[in-house]
Amino acid sequence: MKAWLPTILRGLLFVVLVAFLLSPTTFEPVLKPLVDTNAPAIYNQGSLLDLTLQHLSTVFIATLVAIVVAILLAILVTRPFGAEFLPLSRSLVNIGQTFPPVAVLALAVPAVGFGEKPTLIALFLYGLLPIFENTLTALTNLPRSVMEAARGSGMTNFQRLMKVELPLSLPIIVAGIRLSVTIGLATATIGSTVAARTLGEVIIAGLQSNNLAFILQGGLIVGALAVLIYDGLSAVEKMLTRRLGIA
Amino acid sequence: MIEIDAITKRYDDNTVVDNVSMVIEPRTVTVIVGTSGSGKTTLLRMINRLVEPTSGVIKLDGEDNRAIPGHELRRRIGYAIQGHGLFPHRTVAQNIATVPTLLGWEKSRIDAKVDELLTLFQLDPKTFGPRYPHELSGGQQQRVGVARALAAEPNVLLMDEPYGALDPIIRAKAQEDLLAIQKHFGTTIVLVTHDMNEAFHLADKIAVMDKGRVLQYGPPEELVRAPETPFVETLIGDTERPFRLLAIAKAGAAAEPGEAEGEPIREDKTQQEALADLLWTGRSALPVVSASGAPMGRVTLDALLKRATRPSGSAR
Ligand SMILES: Nc1ncnc2c1ncn2[C@@H]1O[C@H](COP(=O)(O)OP(=O)(O)OP(=O)(O)O)[C@@H](O)[C@H]1O
Ligand SMILES: [Mg+2]
Repeated sequence: MKAWLPTILRGLLFVVLVAFLLSPTTFEPVLKPLVDTNAPAIYNQGSLLDLTLQHLSTVFIATLVAIVVAILLAILVTRPFGAEFLPLSRSLVNIGQTFPPVAVLALAVPAVGFGEKPTLIALFLYGLLPIFENTLTALTNLPRSVMEAARGSGMTNFQRLMKVELPLSLPIIVAGIRLSVTIGLATATIGSTVAARTLGEVIIAGLQSNNLAFILQGGLIVGALAVLIYDGLSAVEKMLTRRLGIA
Repeated sequence: MIEIDAITKRYDDNTVVDNVSMVIEPRTVTVIVGTSGSGKTTLLRMINRLVEPTSGVIKLDGEDNRAIPGHELRRRIGYAIQGHGLFPHRTVAQNIATVPTLLGWEKSRIDAKVDELLTLFQLDPKTFGPRYPHELSGGQQQRVGVARALAAEPNVLLMDEPYGALDPIIRAKAQEDLLAIQKHFGTTIVLVTHDMNEAFHLADKIAVMDKGRVLQYGPPEELVRAPETPFVETLIGDTERPFRLLAIAKAGAAAEPGEAEGEPIREDKTQQEALADLLWTGRSALPVVSASGAPMGRVTLDALLKRATRPSGSAR
């Protein structure tokens, strides 16, 4: 009974989220007490559904590019010919991480202008490290006897990578992606400050007009998305791990 | 045939395998023994070029093993290691199919081979084929590891402490299986072990290594009768010598005409087993029968004791 309780709660959260996005006005009575009598309780400067989809697609694109780049980079520096770049690439990605998101945005705007682009750049840079780190950890900690057997059975370097190293690293890589997406979902809200269309708009509008209901619904949607995606990827990771018999 | 000719491997200034030469006859089992760090694994891995020698040549059936790319060479040579190294993300059937798949065999041929090998190792193909390695016991994993090494019907099988992690009963069983399979396929096996009983049980020839050198290379009997260095003698074990002699000879070879009472022993059992049987049952002779049960005479306690005595001409 306890085992399926979280699943039910997640299902419930999903249903409420979808219902709210499709028909926000239904929830007006719930949010009304939070605002002055004359102020709107539901965000009225655009469609919440549109903003959510925009938000998700921004995170999705940035993460996708980060996945490709981070994994390629990790593969490169774990090959014999790339080994000397290992420390360098590690510090580069680490430096990227120490930059606050706002700073990245501020630097990117003069370079690429306002809008979605600086946000994508910031999200991409922030998404790199967890995926890179995890892929690196996975690729450098593969069971010795398995790698030995892979070489001993006559696989070429490339076959070893594709048939053994990457499949075995997958659960840990997915864990990195999960982290990266969660960070991205939160960071994307800041993108609104440079005119990217994300759920940050709702929060900022709320801050500007002192509308607690706006702030709350913007924040809650982002939070709900983060929880659902995090849990979804956790499930994928668990499944992969179980397949490998590690758990 | 494997011809190892003046092979040396150095890591920096450290000579790990030192000018080793030996010829391994086809369809035989050669066992390499020696202390930890003596270079056994390194020597073995130079045969399939997982390690490249510093100098020297290794020829397989007359052909320099550097004549083809390393990965192609390794597809022709079976390789089984301690801890089996099964791919955890692939089923048992897929694991066994590894090399045939790399070689581009047709699916029907691969499937037939997987079934044949699983059956040979007494694992039901329907039950075990679709399982993942972590769903098997250690002994079963080890058998699958050896089956994988044999899948492409290699002429040569290299084994590095394949049974190190198995309990004595499973280990004995695995050794029997290996000998049966070696006969079945006529494979040339080179096996590394720390277990002298295993070495004497399996070997046609034993190579004793110490500090990168092969001290003695010959049939087990020769090692017992005429150890060339004190190290070889120590390795065989002073107190073990008589039993080792009995362990490498068959009961049939000690049979003489005559009758004896009680439970018979099969001629293909070792003389050590015959002796144990005599001592345990308090008899002075026991009947010997062929595999089909035909009487072949008897083995006496006296005869066995004579056979276990220090050979004349031996140093000590
Ligand atoms: N890649 C390497 N680089 C440097 N030294 C190595 C390397 N591989 C092996 N050695 C050294 O070579 C020596 C022989 O190693 P090897 O693995 O062949 O020994 P072994 O006889 O198989 O020992 P064991 O019985 O413990 O398995 C050891 O001293 C080891 O430290
Ligand atoms: Mg070794």
